[in-house]
Amino acid sequence: MAKPESCRYLQSHEWAALEGGQVVVGLSDHAQKEITDVVFVDLPKVGRKVKKGESVASVESVKAAFDFYAPVSGEVVAVNAEVSSNPAVVNLSPHEKGWFFKLAPADEKEMSSLMDFAAYQEFLKTAAH
Amino acid sequence: MVDFHGWELPVQFASILQEHHAVRKACGLFDVSHMGQVELTGPDSLAFLQKVNANDASRMKDGDALYSHLLNDKAGVIDDLIFSRLGAQRWFLVVNASTVDKDFAWLKSQAAGMDVRLENLSERFSMIAIQGPQAEKILSGIIPKAVGLKRFGALEMEFEGGNGLVTRTGYTGEDGFELILPNEAAPRAWQTLIANGASYGIMPCGLGCRDTLRLEAGYLLYGSDVDEEHTTYEANYGWVVKLGKPAFNGKAVLEKQKREGVRRKLLGLRLTERGVPRSGAAVLLGTEKLGVLSSATFSPTLQAGIGVGYMSKPDLAPGTKVVVEMQGRSFNAEIAQMPFYKR
Repeated sequence: MAKPESCRYLQSHEWAALEGGQVVVGLSDHAQKEITDVVFVDLPKVGRKVKKGESVASVESVKAAFDFYAPVSGEVVAVNAEVSSNPAVVNLSPHEKGWFFKLAPADEKEMSSLMDFAAYQEFLKTAAH
Repeated sequence: MVDFHGWELPVQFASILQEHHAVRKACGLFDVSHMGQVELTGPDSLAFLQKVNANDASRMKDGDALYSHLLNDKAGVIDDLIFSRLGAQRWFLVVNASTVDKDFAWLKSQAAGMDVRLENLSERFSMIAIQGPQAEKILSGIIPKAVGLKRFGALEMEFEGGNGLVTRTGYTGEDGFELILPNEAAPRAWQTLIANGASYGIMPCGLGCRDTLRLEAGYLLYGSDVDEEHTTYEANYGWVVKLGKPAFNGKAVLEKQKREGVRRKLLGLRLTERGVPRSGAAVLLGTEKLGVLSSATFSPTLQAGIGVGYMSKPDLAPGTKVVVEMQGRSFNAEIAQMPFYKR
């Protein structure tokens, strides 16, 4: 669905991809490896209006709990029921079957404020030290 | 990889959940070389052990292993350990990684005036745990004699060119064995076990599932669930204490607690709604704070959040409704029968 190389990223490890006017959002491959097995995901409801940077979902792994932030402002237009019913899919397929939700963005241009793949890789390197 | 008391250990090889289920259903292999080993020899060995531990070593025969607590004079737990009797004057102690140096210094001080010799072998020995229902079958082709061991049996053996010890013990709640080997022999032993276990579904396992498995099985994590500030009775491990044996460290305190009851006790709880409790979370009965969780996780076997902690009402019955508070959120839970999981 969303090749890691063509996604945009938050420092809190969400990925976002613009597809047909909608923004698909998920958890990065790096993050799913770090947090280990995801056991619960709480998703926002369809129709919810979210602001960029707002905590909109939560992820619980065996190791810890995390807030999940909206990468851009907009309205939730679809959620992936599979990550709620089978959270392991977030670990198995973080960029495809494990997407979280889709937003109708208020302003597509907000996407350009996010890190691209190269910048995210660079961020991971510096964050590791 | 994480730093665990100076040892670089993997949290997981593949996935904590996969490794957890492998141990419950097939077999898992753990490198637990961080654990400490101490050899105790000399004519006063039994008397020494009887003084420092809560359990009764006098009942043991050669080839028996026993779980126990080392106690200070206040019955605070210096460490939990498993010791094996290899001979009337030769014992082998396996202690926690985080406490090796403390334990060894403390044991030395306790041995003053007694005819015993203590040797810290921790740097020389590695340790591999093979755990799960298929462990016996896998080991039968490699160390056939080990299969004859009873639960908490110990056997000296040679494996991969090194002389060591195999015990039928573990920290997972499954049948299994722990191999204690000279460092030189350990990598080959690991490879042999993995190769022979492949057709039985063996998986290399990390620290992550070691914690979920032991918590389900109701085992204590020293430093989190029990320490020098808590007694064996408070830790809800009363079965370890043998008050019928002659004087030992902390006996008077334990006798008093036995008589009068304890003011706090390590109890288990299980969330009755979705969520994962974390250590440090507060536990409430109505509006009264009972205590905080010392260990907590998601139980892959029960598919529910579980945890243990010292509660100020030690007699709460299983099923009692309580609330776990984390980061401003409340989760419904109930006091659980321990252990959470029994094979």
